Amino acid sequence: MTAQAQIAPSQTGAAHVEVCNLCVTVRAPDGSALRIVDDVSFAIPRGEVLALIGESGSGKTTIALSLMGYARGGARIEGRIRVGDATLDGTESASLAAQRGNRITYVAQSAAAAFNPSRRVMEQVIEPALIHGTASDAEARRHAVELFEALSLPDPAGIGSRYPHELSGGQLQRLMAAMALITRPDLVIFDEPTTALDVTTQVEVLQAFRKVVRDQGATGVYVSHDLAVVAQMADRILVLNRGRVREQDAVRAVLETPADDYTRTLLAAARPVVKAAVPAPATGSPLLSIEGICAGYGPVDREGRAAHPVLSDVSLHIGRGAAVGVIGESGSGKSTVARVVAGLLAPTAGTVLLDGQPLARSLKDRSREELRRVQIVFQNADIALNPAHSVGEILGRVLRFYEGISGHAARARVAELLDLIRLPAAVATRRCDELSGGQKQRINLARALAAKPDLILCDEVTSALDTVVREAILELLAELRRDLGVAYLFISHDIATVQALCDEIVVLYKGTCVESGPARAYAAPPFHPYTDLLISSVPELRTDWLSDVGRKDPPRLAAPDDGGGLCRFLPRCPVAIAGRCDTASPPLRQLDSGNAVLCHRSQAELAG
Amino acid sequence: MDSLIRAARRLPLSGKLGLGLVVFWIVVAIAGPFVAPYPPGSFVNEEVFAGSSGRFLLGSDFLGRDVLSRLLSGARFTVGLSAIAVAIAASIGTGLALCAAVGPRWLDEILSRSMDTLISIPSKIFALVLVAAFGSSIVLLTLILALTYVPGNFRIARSLAVGLARLDYVEVARARGEGRLYLALVEVLPNMMRPLFADIGLRFVFIVLLLSGLSFLGLGLQPPDADLGSLVRENTSGLAEGALAIIAPAVAIASLTVGVNLLIDAATQGKAE
Ligand SMILES: Nc1ncnc2c1ncn2[C@@H]1O[C@H](COP(=O)(O)OP(=O)(O)OP(=O)(O)O)[C@@H](O)[C@H]1O
Ligand code: SF4
Ligand SMILES: [Mg+2]
Repeated sequence: MTAQAQIAPSQTGAAHVEVCNLCVTVRAPDGSALRIVDDVSFAIPRGEVLALIGESGSGKTTIALSLMGYARGGARIEGRIRVGDATLDGTESASLAAQRGNRITYVAQSAAAAFNPSRRVMEQVIEPALIHGTASDAEARRHAVELFEALSLPDPAGIGSRYPHELSGGQLQRLMAAMALITRPDLVIFDEPTTALDVTTQVEVLQAFRKVVRDQGATGVYVSHDLAVVAQMADRILVLNRGRVREQDAVRAVLETPADDYTRTLLAAARPVVKAAVPAPATGSPLLSIEGICAGYGPVDREGRAAHPVLSDVSLHIGRGAAVGVIGESGSGKSTVARVVAGLLAPTAGTVLLDGQPLARSLKDRSREELRRVQIVFQNADIALNPAHSVGEILGRVLRFYEGISGHAARARVAELLDLIRLPAAVATRRCDELSGGQKQRINLARALAAKPDLILCDEVTSALDTVVREAILELLAELRRDLGVAYLFISHDIATVQALCDEIVVLYKGTCVESGPARAYAAPPFHPYTDLLISSVPELRTDWLSDVGRKDPPRLAAPDDGGGLCRFLPRCPVAIAGRCDTASPPLRQLDSGNAVLCHRSQAELAG
Repeated sequence: MDSLIRAARRLPLSGKLGLGLVVFWIVVAIAGPFVAPYPPGSFVNEEVFAGSSGRFLLGSDFLGRDVLSRLLSGARFTVGLSAIAVAIAASIGTGLALCAAVGPRWLDEILSRSMDTLISIPSKIFALVLVAAFGSSIVLLTLILALTYVPGNFRIARSLAVGLARLDYVEVARARGEGRLYLALVEVLPNMMRPLFADIGLRFVFIVLLLSGLSFLGLGLQPPDADLGSLVRENTSGLAEGALAIIAPAVAIASLTVGVNLLIDAATQGKAE
């Protein structure tokens, strides 16, 4: 009885979730104590969503995990945390750790990893309710179907009987939210739940999340690095930097009148603009031409088709010193284009021409000089740099390999290269695992530059970086282009990044090039319907964007099974023309803006 | 060197114990015969299976020879032969694994298939058959011990190397035009070292046990040479009396293998954190 009397005031008066002076300390590799969360306090009223936003390493996930009473290996939590009537040490009634999975639930970044592939999703979704005894089997199933419906999953009654591998990443992510909500928890923690998804999928998932959170009146914590995403989901934003609170306010206030410098930096970096003046790309014969490339993986059959064809008839041209962007969703074949150009994958048809001279299909038939002129830079600097070698060795090897420079001359060139990418010469003796993500990406770039290439293939080089670092790298890329005249084939799934850096953009959809043309033409319609979907799916920095984007027409036509030579976008196209799109292959249309689109719709129709 | 000392200091207690034992046996293998009080083969005591005394610290064996002296020379054989055998096994196994990882696909297929076949034969029986067929001179014995453990090492090293060879830094080097040898030795091998050392340590233990087992069966080292296993064998008649002559070499084998195991466990756990 006395216990209840103690709880009652806190339930009526104070907020639903309360965190006071939270500090989390870990042991650094050298043995000293390192504070990764420093004196963080916040409160969340019932039914509201608080966003934790910051760069990687700012302590977002650590805070989210400590709300569940969970500390990662060796971390120590101090301060007061209360969720409902549960506290960290369980002094009042229950401990946070005991509430995990029941009153406090978690939606992680990768749902695919959270599901057991050998069990039907329904069993897994209702499992928390059964384990914690919050509902009977039948009740839980009924509730689950309601949630599936609220999350706009297709076939809410039947989807539960499927297996995880039969569902897409976005669907699994929504199912994981259903799993988190099945126990009607006091607090749901979303930890970057859409970061691994394509923009087009992200929109659907965000809409579903927002609806279900509002309908269920759930209290939530939403962890993200993307301000625009958070603007759609949260009521309040807490900006974190190196474990400290920089600013805490209502969403609108943070977006429109940020009080803190760091918040302003984040806001500016969310929509990158490259400041370095870009030279007009040289006219004349292109540096690199890709003509009618078909490529794929797996064994090649007698007709010259790969077992898993990826690219079909892709062509593009890159002028000397030009930057051409390639965008498209995951699996559209962007990386495959780069691999074909680099010679890592032999195409099954088509040619790659460097300065008008055809390049051999595979690496071993290309001359060292040809290899030198085209360099490739991969997305993830963590696995693109050999951890066993020092920076100096990594760069030095390229110099020795292509130019035979070694010893003192090589060290001087390494210092020059480091200066070019704005790192101190002392970095040469360091190993890559001692460097930060942004520094590693610079080294990754320097290795390509060491070969003095004419063309650098940049495969998602900024995708793994935080917004602020990403902006710096983009700026560096633009400067290098201006100063060295190097050309880029710049691959990204983020159209804002590509628009900031490139003069020309190619849109890939399922291995076909559906639109290509000058970057400025992507500022306003007419677009190819797929480009339109891509562009309108990029979250904007305003709170009502998600509601506006909601008015999208569903696809009208079912596609034939094999697709044949038809438009590949047909199954998803909201403006498909019955009798035309599903019978004939689309023509290549030249638009006045300079863009070429592969579509049956005319310019006027696409602009509408 | 500094970093080695620091790494050693960070080991948990069990790891330090293991390290101590391993260092102890390495020192014994190197310096043992020089500090032995008697030549290992000479009959110095009238009494057989004598207990510990001032003159004979570990007593005497079934022929009245000094157990301590024989143990010191036996340890050299056991540690030395096993170390050489494991070095050969690892060089061949890892070398082939690297070929499989950076070479053409058919080579990987052939190597993996044949190693899978070899690994399905129990190692003791495999070694016994080879000894029976080719005899057991010291050189042959070492080679047989090594060959027995090539497939195991290959399997571990191949899975490590194939995983590493798919990483982007190897891909970048390949796109640069680097040859296969460079890819294998400079890009892949250095990153395999840590887990590989754990495997090598473990195989060393297996080889010590296999060698001791063979010698215990009389198929290993032949008299007058004797390794720790032979010492156990020749003194089995003292087992009933609980003679030091049989207990000492048995404890030696145990402490050597347990020491290596403790060290590996501690070192690999430290890495996982
Ligand atoms: N080594 C491989 N073997 C078989 N299939 C592969 C291989 N690499 C890629 N694929 C397949 O080829 C298709 C295109 O892959 P690609 O990597 O080019 O896509 P992407 O546009 O770069 O995607 P992302 O944005 O996810 O990087 C995908 O369906 C992928 O599953
Ligand atoms: S061709 Fe038809 S289906 Fe394809 S994008 Fe154009 S309108 Fe849509
Ligand atoms: Mg890719």
